[in-house]
Amino acid sequence: MTSLRFIINTSLMLALASIVGCFGGSKRGSDDGVIEIVNASYDPTRELYQEINAAFIDDYQQKHGKTVKVTQSHGGSGSQARSVIDGLEADVVTLALAGDINAIAKKQLIAADWEKRLPDNSAPYTSTIVFVVRDGNPKAIKDWDDLAKPGVKVITPNPKISGGARWNFLAAWGYVTLHKKGSDAEAQDLVGRIYRNVVKLDTGARGSAQTFIKNKLGDVFISWENEAILAQREVPDQKLAIIYPSASILAEPAVAVVAQNVDERGTRAVAEAYLQFLYTDAAQDIIGKNTYRPRNATYQKKYAATLPTIPLFTIREVAGGWAEAQQRFFSDGGVFDRIFSLKK
Amino acid sequence: MAGQKRRALPGFGLSLGYSLFYLSVLVLIPLAGCFIKASNLSWEQFWHAVSDPVAVAAYQLSFSTSIIAALLNSFTGLIVAWVLVRYDFPGKKLLDALIDLPLALPTAVAGITFANLYGSEGWFGQHLMFLDPDGFVGHWFSEDGWFGSTLFTLDTRARGGPLAIVVVLMFVGIPFVIRSVQPVLAEFEIAQEEAAVSLGASRWQTFRYVILPALLPAWLTGLALAYARGLGEYGSVIFVADGIPGKTLIPPVLIIAKLEEFDHARGAFKYEEAAAIASVVLTMSFITLVLINLLERWSKKFEPSEA
Repeated sequence: MTSLRFIINTSLMLALASIVGCFGGSKRGSDDGVIEIVNASYDPTRELYQEINAAFIDDYQQKHGKTVKVTQSHGGSGSQARSVIDGLEADVVTLALAGDINAIAKKQLIAADWEKRLPDNSAPYTSTIVFVVRDGNPKAIKDWDDLAKPGVKVITPNPKISGGARWNFLAAWGYVTLHKKGSDAEAQDLVGRIYRNVVKLDTGARGSAQTFIKNKLGDVFISWENEAILAQREVPDQKLAIIYPSASILAEPAVAVVAQNVDERGTRAVAEAYLQFLYTDAAQDIIGKNTYRPRNATYQKKYAATLPTIPLFTIREVAGGWAEAQQRFFSDGGVFDRIFSLKK
Repeated sequence: MAGQKRRALPGFGLSLGYSLFYLSVLVLIPLAGCFIKASNLSWEQFWHAVSDPVAVAAYQLSFSTSIIAALLNSFTGLIVAWVLVRYDFPGKKLLDALIDLPLALPTAVAGITFANLYGSEGWFGQHLMFLDPDGFVGHWFSEDGWFGSTLFTLDTRARGGPLAIVVVLMFVGIPFVIRSVQPVLAEFEIAQEEAAVSLGASRWQTFRYVILPALLPAWLTGLALAYARGLGEYGSVIFVADGIPGKTLIPPVLIIAKLEEFDHARGAFKYEEAAAIASVVLTMSFITLVLINLLERWSKKFEPSEA
């Protein structure tokens, strides 16, 4: 059994190495004058914050003469919120939806009035929900109604797990109730038929993108606009097309300082400067370049070609707010659950 | 070993205490925590969480695919172990080393690879379209087909359904069967087989009455390990299964869904409901593992005596 011994030895060594790595890495603070902050963010923002962090570090160095290091942590928006509640020492959270930040605020880790502390409801950039279709749009998908047609295979993540996927669901709902002035029953019917057309409910936005692009499953992928553009650029040979529906939701990923952590670690000044930096011209430009929608009108114009104007409604108009949306649509026995319990 | 006075490790009391401490810290207390968390719910809430039709369908899917994968593995695993022990061929060492790979590989990588291979445009998947509902085999088992309409419907798709889950669970489970039976086979004296043959036993009789009794306990251990591994598998299954509630959703995904569900009224995540579902899976796996253990003990009765 040399192989078994080998495995045991190697795994022990690896375990030891990772323990050393963990403890070594957890040493924070400023021996060498470097201030480290941790940004807990959601899945698709890796590329965006890589660029923003580099710009922020330069900017902070110039203005304050101090070296900052920004460490990124990515994951599903909901599980990031849970990690922060469970003790992830994040200085700032930049999550997919305000509801997840509210969850942390409920635990008194973030100021209750966090949404008012920064401009635009503490959402320095926005995005929306669009459709990605295959080369030549063979199923002729133009609007939300087309997703409900028999035989259309839809790809979208599970809204009970993925924060981003809740925007998808609410966009379809708002299309009926707000854009078409339809009743709740009509919305329930359309959204139900769309979700019954889903052939794979992944656990996150990146998983769904994988399914659609790599496994070539499905006719249409309901996606964040920025993920859609990224997907299109990533696989130009697949000639994916992006379809803008007649109306969609204004997705407002929000940001906040984790008060308890920054006060404990003395990083409040840097953390606040970091979030304010997101509203500066430099950051707004990076945001537009990374195909998120800038708040600043100048940069909205600059990127108007890639980010066209369409009628957008907000979560407050669709459901009143995140607490209400969560309760009504995604809780146990809520609208989403009922879609699948009706299904035989 | 039984009569030996001096043991390699010191003191029964010390080593037992050490074992119990270790098992408590690493296994018993965390598992008990799961039940304690779930016990914060009232009976009604607990029952509501665990008896939800989507949850019940998820248990069924997980247990049936794990059992089927473990049974299939127990046969293929035995053959592989046999080949590795009894024959010499070029590349044997390499093959032997490869068997442990599924243990080391992050299962998500396996999941992505399988999803690609068995997808409609994958190397295997493109030749397996007859298993889809509009293919001839798949149609037969669907609601409109003969089998599906007269007996029961079966999701035979090569990707996305239970069959695909069985395939990845076989991948993650195979090392357990091979590594369990391999040492027993290696120690098994060929002389015993030769004796059986010289006494006029057929091939089948040699296998059934000489090899199998010696092999059975280890074989069942391998089966139990592979089965337990299948129940706990998450990473690869989420990539190959469609994850449609009530159809192709496994309990771990359901548990994660509960953990992501923030209850704004109570101001907390639904840890308790997640723990409730987890405790059902734990209890059911524990019962099946005890049963397999009993079977294993019973099978040892048939082991040929050393004399």
